[in-house]
Amino acid sequence: MIGVGKISGAGALSGAAWREFRKAPFTAQFGLAVIVFYILVAVFAPFLTPYAESEIVGSEFEVWGGDFPLGTDNLGRDMLTRLIYGARNTVGIAFVTTLLAFLLGGGGGIMAAVLGGWPDQVLSRVVDVLMSIPQLIFAMLLLTIFGTSIPVLILVIGVLDSTRVFRIARAVSVNVVVMDFIESARLRGEGVPWITLREVLPNIMPPLVAEFGLRFCFVFLTISSLSFLGLGLQPPTADWGSMVRDNATLITFGDITPLLPAAAIAILTIAVNFVVDWFLHKTSGLKDEH
Amino acid sequence: MSTDKKPLLEMRGLRIEGFSDEEWHQIVKGVDVKLHRGEVLGLIGESGAGKSTIGIAAMGYAKPGCRINGGSVHFDGIDLTAASEEEKRKLRGSRIAYVAQSAAASFNPAHKLIEQFAETVVEHGVGTRDEAHADAKDLYAKIKMPDPEQIGFRYPHQVSGGQLQRAMTAMALSCRPDLLIFDEPTTALDVTTQIEVLVTMRDIVEQFNCAAIYITHDLAVVAQMADKIMVLRYGETVEEADTRKMLSAPEEEYTKSLWAVRSFRKQQAAPPPEPTPLVRVDNVTAAYGPVTVLHEVSFEVHRGHTVAVVGESGSGKSTTARVITGLLPPRKGDVYYDGTRYPRDYRKRNKEQLRQAQMIYQMADTAVNPRHKIREIIGRPLQFYLGMEGAEKERRLRELMEMIEMEPDKFLDRLPAELSGGQKQRICIARALAAEPAFIICDEVTSALDQLVAEGILKLLDRLQRELNLAYMFITHDLATVQAIADEVIVMLEGRIVEQGPKDQIFAPPYHKYTDLLLSSVPEMDPDWMDNVLQERKKKGGMEAAGN
Repeated sequence: MIGVGKISGAGALSGAAWREFRKAPFTAQFGLAVIVFYILVAVFAPFLTPYAESEIVGSEFEVWGGDFPLGTDNLGRDMLTRLIYGARNTVGIAFVTTLLAFLLGGGGGIMAAVLGGWPDQVLSRVVDVLMSIPQLIFAMLLLTIFGTSIPVLILVIGVLDSTRVFRIARAVSVNVVVMDFIESARLRGEGVPWITLREVLPNIMPPLVAEFGLRFCFVFLTISSLSFLGLGLQPPTADWGSMVRDNATLITFGDITPLLPAAAIAILTIAVNFVVDWFLHKTSGLKDEH
Repeated sequence: MSTDKKPLLEMRGLRIEGFSDEEWHQIVKGVDVKLHRGEVLGLIGESGAGKSTIGIAAMGYAKPGCRINGGSVHFDGIDLTAASEEEKRKLRGSRIAYVAQSAAASFNPAHKLIEQFAETVVEHGVGTRDEAHADAKDLYAKIKMPDPEQIGFRYPHQVSGGQLQRAMTAMALSCRPDLLIFDEPTTALDVTTQIEVLVTMRDIVEQFNCAAIYITHDLAVVAQMADKIMVLRYGETVEEADTRKMLSAPEEEYTKSLWAVRSFRKQQAAPPPEPTPLVRVDNVTAAYGPVTVLHEVSFEVHRGHTVAVVGESGSGKSTTARVITGLLPPRKGDVYYDGTRYPRDYRKRNKEQLRQAQMIYQMADTAVNPRHKIREIIGRPLQFYLGMEGAEKERRLRELMEMIEMEPDKFLDRLPAELSGGQKQRICIARALAAEPAFIICDEVTSALDQLVAEGILKLLDRLQRELNLAYMFITHDLATVQAIADEVIVMLEGRIVEQGPKDQIFAPPYHKYTDLLLSSVPEMDPDWMDNVLQERKKKGGMEAAGN
């Protein structure tokens, strides 16, 4: 959604983008570098890995080195291979889920603010009801009912997370909707889609993008937790949450291998937050406070 | 004390710079100010001249993103540029007080007026809370607030704008400061309220023998308040002199141009009215929920005419505009365009009907989408109403930009934030024109602008009216604007029309009682004006009392 417009003018933009990147603080540069690295790893996973995703190549819990740079897991699969594929699965699914949450919640939130009156009341109360149930428990309940396939996982977490997005989108939109230029657009006779997408959306992008970054981390953690509990991605698909669970016993022997997928999650979360902070600072006008 | 030879405040070669666009810009370029007790110095100039920055610097303070980078500020022998933050904090509020432009934004809405009054007193250790309360009531009485015993126990939203501004002046006085800084304290007020606040402030300076800096862009106001006037431009002093001398014989070209601003008058007479009025408001009664805000309002606007609607805030001027545009469907009555009755609700009007009436807003900042380029802002109505695309749209865009006297090549691809206030207002005018309407509602379009810029906008609107035979409904509380541009005048009070007719008739005796009050409250450039008005009102009041 966000990338589409950028690709067309990529040639002209890359120069400007590079200059922005050079000017960015170190934390943001680090964050961006990490994110790009993760994306590359996810995209090129089959070329980077020595083995196939769920191929059993050795005995259980082999130590680091030799044929297996990071050892093997509880079933004798190569740890490095699993980690790389994990990036693809976990990050990919988290991204799609967050996108879904933003389409639903963001669209709904702005519409609620623009329409006001009873549509706003209905949408807001539905969201209140959904939010009143603890998210993880609700997600587990729904996944138990509908089964744990990937589309169901995306749909369930996407819908549950969209409630949070709805709240923030509605809250920021309400401030924009009272502005004169919205009144002007209404008086011009513009329809709800135009007002939502062209008048309101560009003005609430900064908080939404910031929220996107944070939400992405939360979705990511939710998927990992669900996987850890056995309700997320199902074996033999590699994902970081279940990798921590499967290899957790190694910790008791002083082996840090199970911490690797956990560290992968942590580093990505931190990187995303660095970038979001930078973006917020750039767009919120904090720098030219008068 | 007033014979004290040493000035209370002395700024020498003051230089202040501000940080924007990644570099430091000089905002104030070496200004000298000397102020004795009992004196009021008027600082005037357009926005960006550095008035407020200098005012705040008198407290040894610079706004965030600014810093004092040269010169000295001495207050009663203390060098504020060298003083520590702690020392300056002790002075602020207790010996130097600041009255801001918007009292509504400066009061904390969650605390009662009198508690906010007492806060400074207790904080600076001048007295106890009870003493402060007693003092507040005393001051409220002195500045003639209604019900001084009780009014302090209200919250800021429970008093009127003028009362709030006076409460703030009282608050500034809570520690009996030696220096008061008034930063445009009456700009947001109606003329009838403004005069009361001005009287209050002037009395205070006299009673407490303090010094004051009065910052404003309104020359007529400063003429009433100040002993001497300093004209600023681009952070430099243009001219400084005693008020009377400054008003009667300004020396600099720039000062003269400022003085001449109010002289703009519409050149040509309005064309004779056509048999069918362009817009007819027929017996409209409108309400917000249970509160009726318009009572049986009727008037007509003819093609090529300008109808000015005047009145204080809350008189129903803007509500009338909302009824005409259909934003607020009236309870009773209807609006006719060119003889046809229009649906009351704008949502039921078709594109063609919506196109007919366009609106220009007071705050150009919020009236254009800050994320749209000028090309999009003006281009949308062209595309939406007239179905223009591509080269045709581009040609018309350039035409419109020429009409508002802005270079198409330079401005079309800019964002609103890259324009000045006056330029933004011009963009709003172009957007309204793009729809090719016959009728434009101008809601306080010049009140947020500097006088020179405002005059430019008025001239532009006047020229466009002549060229395109437009009808304007001009909502304003500024009677100078009405004098400049109106053909007919409607005076509103509490949701009713109290008087309407041709401009010359309204602005000539015999006056309606309320029109008289309104007219006599507009400050004039004569420094004796306020005293004369007060005397006259006293006399009239006395006569009326005797008559009863």
